Amino acid sequence: MSKIIPIGPYHPLQEEPELFKLYCEGEIVKDIKWETGYNHRGIEKLSESKTFDQVFFLVERVCGICSTSHPFAFANCMEEIAGIEITNRTKYIRSVIGELERIHSHLLWLGLAGHFLGYNTVFMWVWKYREPVLDLFEMITGNRNSYAMFKIGGVRRDIPNDKIPAIQEVLRGLKKKLDMLVGAVMDDPVIHARTKGVGVLTREDVIDYAAVGPTARASGVDIDVRRDDPYAAYPLVSWKVITAKEGDVFAKVEVRLLEMYESVSIIEQCLEGLKKEKEGDIEIPVDEIPAGMGTGRAEAPRGEVFHFVMTDGSNFPVRHKIRAPSYVNIATFKKSCIGQTISDATISLAAVDPCYCCTERMAYAYDAATGKKLLNGSELVRLSQAKTDEIRKKMI
Amino acid sequence: MYKDLLYYLIFPGFIFISVAGAFLSWFDRKITAWVQFRKGPPLLQPFYDFFKLLLVKETILPASGSRLTFLMSPVFGLTGACLSGILIMLPALGLKSGFSGDMIVIFYMLTIPSLTYMIGALAAGNPLAAVGASREMKLIISYELTFLLVIAAVILKADLAVTVQDIILAQGEKGPFVGSLSGILLFIAFVFCMQAKLGLVPFDMAEAETEITHGSFIEYSGTAYALIRLTKYMMLFILPAFLCVTLLGGFRTDGIHLLWTVLKMIGVVLLITLIRNTNPRVRIDQAMRFFFIWMNLLVIVAIVLIYFGL
Repeated sequence: MSKIIPIGPYHPLQEEPELFKLYCEGEIVKDIKWETGYNHRGIEKLSESKTFDQVFFLVERVCGICSTSHPFAFANCMEEIAGIEITNRTKYIRSVIGELERIHSHLLWLGLAGHFLGYNTVFMWVWKYREPVLDLFEMITGNRNSYAMFKIGGVRRDIPNDKIPAIQEVLRGLKKKLDMLVGAVMDDPVIHARTKGVGVLTREDVIDYAAVGPTARASGVDIDVRRDDPYAAYPLVSWKVITAKEGDVFAKVEVRLLEMYESVSIIEQCLEGLKKEKEGDIEIPVDEIPAGMGTGRAEAPRGEVFHFVMTDGSNFPVRHKIRAPSYVNIATFKKSCIGQTISDATISLAAVDPCYCCTERMAYAYDAATGKKLLNGSELVRLSQAKTDEIRKKMI
Repeated sequence: MYKDLLYYLIFPGFIFISVAGAFLSWFDRKITAWVQFRKGPPLLQPFYDFFKLLLVKETILPASGSRLTFLMSPVFGLTGACLSGILIMLPALGLKSGFSGDMIVIFYMLTIPSLTYMIGALAAGNPLAAVGASREMKLIISYELTFLLVIAAVILKADLAVTVQDIILAQGEKGPFVGSLSGILLFIAFVFCMQAKLGLVPFDMAEAETEITHGSFIEYSGTAYALIRLTKYMMLFILPAFLCVTLLGGFRTDGIHLLWTVLKMIGVVLLITLIRNTNPRVRIDQAMRFFFIWMNLLVIVAIVLIYFGL
């Protein structure tokens, strides 16, 4: 007989509300089911009521951690529709922001992974080393998170050339810390015992489930939007895509750690590039967005972010579709967790760096026979109003 | 008679062990905080925690499960910890001589807190607590044999003395047992057993906050949980004290030796704290393999060495 071990809706493993039901026999996980939807905010619908400039601030709040990848993808998308070629200085600035974000997101994940393994010292140390990156963001953009840097055809703030040495200084310090962390994590025998051969995703699993980002790259699937569909300054600098073969949790740690070195290298090259460009040349004026459709992709720290926008010549999107990386990565739990013990299943769950608020969706129930919608948006509104009325009556 | 009551309840009994354990727990938390670039709690934080749970917080009982067992098991755990502490401290401080075979009784008493955590968790009727209890059970099975072997080796080393007092006297003649090669091996095995008995990283899988949300203790609240916290404070004093008695030469309280005694205790707790801050949690099957194969082997090697007089 199997018993259900719930992880969620409120659980110390993950900060966001979500529910994983582990069907266990003893300590072994036999099946896993998950329920998300605790956190639905209706961002796609909201986006249709905002002007293109406002949408940037909205999509920035899709994810709290990778808050620049959504504006990045949206900007790529809108520039495709409007047919704009942005200036080189803009490209460099965008890439600097994107890569700094990758560093801070990977560091955040590494700390959390340590916490999930009961290794709180790693948690605290890594998050301390993440602080200078956030300070850097504050210096460059004025915000520690949700940077509000992107706009159609450019960026909102320049990185003045006299600030570049300070950024380089922080990066140098960061590299030393990274060396130390890599040494501490890669050589610890107990970490090896806990992560090697745990939560293995084979190459076939990754392709079947269409996983993206470090989750896919750790299983030997060599995909990266930055290289496969070049945008911003990534074609202008030299870097390589990090992959590993094993597909276990340790490989995911390895990929993320080594990606941070690549990010540092990309930022350094972008800063050199910035020095050559004219200061203040950060936007192309955009008068009007023509009617049309466009897609935009960006490589977020967790994988590919995909935006689709349909416009009709007005200044609102007619349809805005967002696909966050966790949406596909979460499904791989079916492959990685079954047959593991509870201890291993929890770290496997955390290893894809899931972000639930990015991926929440509104679901309609259809009658399979007639194809009729059983519950639509207005009915839900009616239901919630009826409930409010009921509560109000009780209280008065 | 009154003197006995004083011994059992105040010094070196219940009150003394609790207060000393609470301060050691503060020390543990403060060192942890320093290791992790944090500030750490104020000196009286363990007392605030305990009295808040005892006096302020409501005790919520699980709807399913056996309530009597659920509520009584912390009481038994506290009693077991308290008795083992008294049995160690009375002869260690030279207040009373103890009785023949008290090492064996102490060994049993030290097992009682872990057993009651397990029984209480099973009485809670919560699946997460049940996982915690099953892990606790596996952990007890794995480390108890090692612990028993360590105690047997210590007895062997003290020329078959089975009382705490005789073991201390034997160390007084030959110097602390840890000074010899076999003593070092026994020390290592004892420290890992202690880590498992205290339920600290890397052997905290019965609680495992990020996996099963404090497993065994998930349903405890209020007074019942306060008793568990108190038991934990006491164990943090009792086990290092037992280590000092069996391997580090016991306690002396006259003059400058009092300072050494305090430093010994603090040193042992510091060692525990550093181990728990530099390791991730291991899986239960890894812990079992660690104790069954490696630690038992270590102690058996130590016993062979004792046989050859090393």
